[in-house]
Amino acid sequence: MKSYPTSCIAIAALLTSQVFAQTKAKAQNVPEIAYDSVPNFLKLPPNLYLGESMGVATNSKGHIFVFTRSANTRLFEFDQNGTYVREIGEGSYGFEFAHSVRVDPEDNIWAVDEGTNMVIKFNPAGRVVMVLGHRPEAVAGVVAQSPPPGAAAEKYILGRPTDVAWDPQGNIFVSDGYINHRVVKYDKNGRFLKQVGSEKTGSEPSQFNTPHGIAVDAQGNVYVSDRANHRMQVFDNNLALKSIYDNIGDSWTVCISPGPHQYLFTSNSNPNGNAPGSWDITGEIYKMELNGTILGRFGHASKEFGGFQVVHMMDCRNPNTIIVAEIESWRVQKLLLKPQAPAKTAGGK
Amino acid sequence: MRTSLQIMLSAAILAAVPADAQSPVPQIALDSVADPLKFPDNIHLGEAAGVATNSKGDIFVYTRTGHPTISLGTARPFAHGGSRLFQFDKTGKFVREIGKDSYGFEVAQQVRIDPRDNIWIVDQMSSMVIKFDPNGQIQLLLGRKAESERLPAGPAAGRGGAAPGAPEGPPSAGRGGRGGGLPGAGSQSDLFQRPTDVAWDAAGNIYVADGFGNSRVAKFDKSGKFIKSWGSTGTANGQFRTVHGIAIDAQGNVYVADTGNRRIQVFDSEGTFKTQISDIGAPAAICISGGAHPYLYSSNSNPPEDIDVAGEIYKLELDGKIVGRFGKAGKLPKEFGTVNSIDCRSENDLYVGELGNWRVQKLTLHSK
Repeated sequence: MKSYPTSCIAIAALLTSQVFAQTKAKAQNVPEIAYDSVPNFLKLPPNLYLGESMGVATNSKGHIFVFTRSANTRLFEFDQNGTYVREIGEGSYGFEFAHSVRVDPEDNIWAVDEGTNMVIKFNPAGRVVMVLGHRPEAVAGVVAQSPPPGAAAEKYILGRPTDVAWDPQGNIFVSDGYINHRVVKYDKNGRFLKQVGSEKTGSEPSQFNTPHGIAVDAQGNVYVSDRANHRMQVFDNNLALKSIYDNIGDSWTVCISPGPHQYLFTSNSNPNGNAPGSWDITGEIYKMELNGTILGRFGHASKEFGGFQVVHMMDCRNPNTIIVAEIESWRVQKLLLKPQAPAKTAGGK
Repeated sequence: MRTSLQIMLSAAILAAVPADAQSPVPQIALDSVADPLKFPDNIHLGEAAGVATNSKGDIFVYTRTGHPTISLGTARPFAHGGSRLFQFDKTGKFVREIGKDSYGFEVAQQVRIDPRDNIWIVDQMSSMVIKFDPNGQIQLLLGRKAESERLPAGPAAGRGGAAPGAPEGPPSAGRGGRGGGLPGAGSQSDLFQRPTDVAWDAAGNIYVADGFGNSRVAKFDKSGKFIKSWGSTGTANGQFRTVHGIAIDAQGNVYVADTGNRRIQVFDSEGTFKTQISDIGAPAAICISGGAHPYLYSSNSNPPEDIDVAGEIYKLELDGKIVGRFGKAGKLPKEFGTVNSIDCRSENDLYVGELGNWRVQKLTLHSK
């Protein structure tokens, strides 16, 4: 294990022209949080396989939902022990290219698909009860990109959306996405209220470059992974900017734990492709206070069990038990975080 | 592709203007069951393009679901799959799937049940009308699916030819000008261009609304032999801009939803223009109820990209007098997400199929 950074650096030296899309987190001297990864966590029946594990979420019973890109995009449910329960939404019109799954406080299951531009709400029984967005119609033929890049963002059309979250009132927040670069707020019945950002990329405050993940705290504040801007932006419930956390590398995905003391988790995931040297500066997950104070970090880029291969999503219903979905290792890991030293020694703000 | 999408969007925006009836239209109160159909765990509705009932009250839904796919690594690109036809009993219990993996099931558009309980589906992408007998066996085919797809689909290479609501374009665009007549007139045959709906008169003659690509109504005898067609792209009487629905009354009059021109045109069974009905928004789905006093229902469906406009359904006398209206665009029960189909076998018991909400709603209208 210890030898790989050296060899990576050596390769990086050979390929100095290699440019990383991603930069090292500014935060330094962050305490490491030790953890164990549970072996053989998800138990799939024979002939069922995970592909790229894009989304993972738990419900109030601890059941685990995984939204995966296999031959078709599929949504699986496992019980709290990792035993396979069922498939949800088999053959759904909205399933083409998985991106995120989240479970709301009523245990409804929300799938975000960046291939069909749809956000699909399943009730706990697994039936569709609401959809947001509109899949381009097949009669139109092959769609290069829909909506076309630069087309004005419409209220109810999503452009490769990435994630979904809710405030305590049930308002719906969608990070949208790869074509649009905005966050949209809908009411609980799916009616458009407002947006921040637009169809254009931008690096100014309240602009986005690939808003890639979203979470809302108990006060209704909205935390957005502004991935290609190497930061997280925090908004109030009306989408007015409150603060920017830019010391955590590229925020690929964000999770906020429930309970009286909420924690914020963000992943500076190693970029796809595993370019030489990239493992040295990326791959870690940060545990933070909501105000941006970094409490610790854990994990590193690696193809081995216990390491991370492009963490795409986290579940943090229990802030000491983090479930991560990884793109490039086609797996879901359950991480048991070990207690940290007293918080006063934490630094790195 | 992009051009046709833009045109579709602009047509939809046109359709989104509120209906401008002269006097306040009475609101009809109603109840809704938003989930009347009970599915097996592994079957889901996608866009509910078509819904219809038979004489026993069984419910048929033709839905856009699964994945329309293009095969790669072939001499030409071939498209297949993407839509399914389901049957439920009158309590909403799932009965069976009909036409599973049919060659003609690509993009569901409509399902209708004729007086003998035959099941007719209209597929917008395969451009076929398929008649199943009550047992689910194919009895008649109209149209032929294109052998392969052209990729990438460009403005002139799209399978749809003239796009819905588009002004007159060159007849050579796509396949829209086949036949060489007026733009949108189509060929004098059963080759359709994204057809939308089917209806029958008392003699069993078949009328096909054709459609998004062409702007005509095609008439066939009950054996499927082509008789005639009428219409072309335009705004004059007898011309259409997106023929989106069709219904026939007991006298054989033909009601055509002329969406882009925001009217229903009424013809006799030979295609002679009789009158038009307007002030009901942009009719997208229409239905004539059974019983001694038939009514005409017409949906001013909202465009898929906006639920803050339109969406209401009108109830009319056959002469065009508006009885009342109900609903609006939205995602809740009693709201509608781009209604594409109305079943009105019984005057006040309707089923509506919605594209935007992936559901069939069962509606009970309150009579005053």
